[in-house]
Amino acid sequence: MTPADRGSGADREPGPRTALEPAAISIADCSLSFGDLAVLEDVSLTIEPGEFVGFVGPNGAGKTTLLRLISGALEPDSGSIAIDGTDVHGLPSRASSRLVSVVPQDTTLSFSFPVRDVVEMGRHPHRSRFSSATPEDRAAVERALERTRTAELADRPIDEVSGGQRQRVVLARAIAQETPVLLLDEPTASLDINHQVETLELVRELVAEGRTVVAAIHDLELAARYCDRLVLIADGQIAADGPPSSVLTREALADSFDANAVVTPSPVTGTETVTAFAADREAGPLPDRVHVLGTGTAAAGVVARLEAAGVGVSVGPVSSGDAAAETARSLGVETVVTEPFARPSTAELESVESLIRAADATVLADFVVGAGTQSLLDPLDETDPLVLVETRPFAERNFAGGEARERYERYRERGLEVPGSRVLEAVSTVGSDRSRSRSSPPADSRDSADD
Amino acid sequence: MQRRVRTAVWSAGLSVLLVAVVVGSAALGPVGIEPRIVAMAILNGIAVPSGIETGTATLPGLGWVVPMPGLEFSSAFSFPVAETHEYIVVQLRLPRIVLAATVGFGLAAAGTVMQGFFRNPLADPSIIGVSSGGAAGAVAAIAFPALVPFGNLHLAAFVGALATAFLVYGIATDGGRTPVATLLLAGVAVQAFLGAMISYMLIHSGDGLRAAVVWLMGSLRDRGWSDVAFALPVSIVGVLVLASYARELNVLLLGEEDAHHLGVEVERTKLLLLALASIVTAAGVAVTGVIGFVGLVVPHIMRLLVGPDHRILFPTSALAGASFLVVTDTIARWPTGPTEVPVGIVTAALGAPFFLFLLTRREVYST
Repeated sequence: MTPADRGSGADREPGPRTALEPAAISIADCSLSFGDLAVLEDVSLTIEPGEFVGFVGPNGAGKTTLLRLISGALEPDSGSIAIDGTDVHGLPSRASSRLVSVVPQDTTLSFSFPVRDVVEMGRHPHRSRFSSATPEDRAAVERALERTRTAELADRPIDEVSGGQRQRVVLARAIAQETPVLLLDEPTASLDINHQVETLELVRELVAEGRTVVAAIHDLELAARYCDRLVLIADGQIAADGPPSSVLTREALADSFDANAVVTPSPVTGTETVTAFAADREAGPLPDRVHVLGTGTAAAGVVARLEAAGVGVSVGPVSSGDAAAETARSLGVETVVTEPFARPSTAELESVESLIRAADATVLADFVVGAGTQSLLDPLDETDPLVLVETRPFAERNFAGGEARERYERYRERGLEVPGSRVLEAVSTVGSDRSRSRSSPPADSRDSADD
Repeated sequence: MQRRVRTAVWSAGLSVLLVAVVVGSAALGPVGIEPRIVAMAILNGIAVPSGIETGTATLPGLGWVVPMPGLEFSSAFSFPVAETHEYIVVQLRLPRIVLAATVGFGLAAAGTVMQGFFRNPLADPSIIGVSSGGAAGAVAAIAFPALVPFGNLHLAAFVGALATAFLVYGIATDGGRTPVATLLLAGVAVQAFLGAMISYMLIHSGDGLRAAVVWLMGSLRDRGWSDVAFALPVSIVGVLVLASYARELNVLLLGEEDAHHLGVEVERTKLLLLALASIVTAAGVAVTGVIGFVGLVVPHIMRLLVGPDHRILFPTSALAGASFLVVTDTIARWPTGPTEVPVGIVTAALGAPFFLFLLTRREVYST
């Protein structure tokens, strides 16, 4: 996979004037409890110099705590953290503040300092008590203002700029600090969409200039798009660690976030996008296999929801390039793909038929009935459990005349018609009905159906 | 650069104001003296080293008398001023005025530090119990002289003030960390306790009641050069050291964690700021009693005028505090009846309405 944005900073000319040596961070067997609550348990992690690592994970998993351990703000109960081989907790704050700069989640500053003075505070570690600002200090401040596009705010009081601007001012302060390690806690949380991207582009530049950057980012897609490496933290432990594509998987998201979600590559950036669905609490036991008969976004949505919930799903026939086909392909779902604008071949129709017969339920999702696909309605007569998800009127999708219309109306009466968002509930209902009506259903399926 | 110019201009302006206020105040009184004469009398009173004299000294412990060179002082100026006028200005009025300036200087500086340190607009120099401790020490010395071994009112107040500050700091410190919220609450609790003790002692103070009450309201009456000799050096040294921490105070406004990441040794800096501000406050409280509102209102007014940057706020607050207390004390000693009004009453009576005015204008920052 070659994501468009990751590493893009490296293509730009490296930052002017500032030559920094990035530092390695090594976290060894760190544990930390707040009272009885274990926040981090035996966390070990090595971050290479010049990496941009994203901490992702559910709220309260320990992302911020781990950042605060690295920054030296918190001390672990056991274990150690070293930056460039130096234990951060043994360092005086002046020395550690020349190694690590931090952009906290929120900075409270209600005194009306001008923005420039706040950025200038980033130079504090480099100045002695009685010296005044050197030209070098002033240049670093101006540069940081320029790069974060806060130069035009420089003389405004900090308590009169917006939350997003304030966030960029704090980033400017960290840039002016000129440290080999930069830690960011939710740097994009209060930013609007263009500033989110702008900020992370800037962070990539900072990485390219020779900084090691670690950021807690709750937006998985932004994290996947900009970080070299993601560390998934859940329940105080590292649940997954590696390139975004290996960390953001349906299974990992289900385990760590307790979420029904699918991961698909963005057609635009090529990086992972995550679509989460509300956990359907109403849904009972789900059927093992479901076939989706349909096309377009309606079918794509149904496939994604079923896949996210862990149902074995198949789809087809769909013509290659159709939204449903793309989604199914990126999710690795069993798909019967036909050539665009061509009638499905006999072999293709047969394999769809066998998928329908093997499935515990079938979902008709904006199924287009044409001369070539009309025969696919046949197996439906023999399989009871039927769910319909419709977003377009049938008349627009019927190219097979009045007979097909009558037939479709019968299915509509027999099946359960639901909006796409409730498809899980629907397949669980019809799926268990079927189990009951079977003459010799498997014992476990009967048990669960009776629950 | 622009900030440095601003600091210099403001400080120079406030210094000129202070000199004018001192001269003006020394001119006022039962005997009216022209400001021109006052200025000349003050200049005549300034002694400068003019040579080396050969004296003798007695070595402590051994009783040997050895030759010891020392500095010879003499007046630098000799303007023609009537002897009585010079005596009234230099010996009667000036010590009180200089003491007022010293105490106002120290209280306003300490108040600025405390407001920044606590990030709380209600903080004043006595927030961690310095004044209450000083008051308890002084009232104990007045009401129960037998209880106070050294018998000296000023020393009892000074010791009580500092002991209370460090007690509060000790209570609020746990595992090497002193959260400011705990410090604030511990200060409030200890102040309440000391308030009870003070009230109890007042009830049982008998003949000393009047003296104790006057002391509690703060008064500069009948203070001499010896009081100045104690308070002035302590205040000046304390404020100079505090001034060198102005940038740390700015960074601390971002919160302690941010300050740590910006290279401020947070706990050590907090202890140092707290200790110095308490010593400066205690030095004032010990010689004048409890003078409220100077340390609260003056920093607020100066923050409105010069902004929150401690590099300019700190020196200007201190200088403005000096002028403020000289003016209020001049009002306090204005002959209004048989009893002089304690200066603490004047500062509160003038300061509180002005503060309320600022509040309703919403010009005082809120946290």
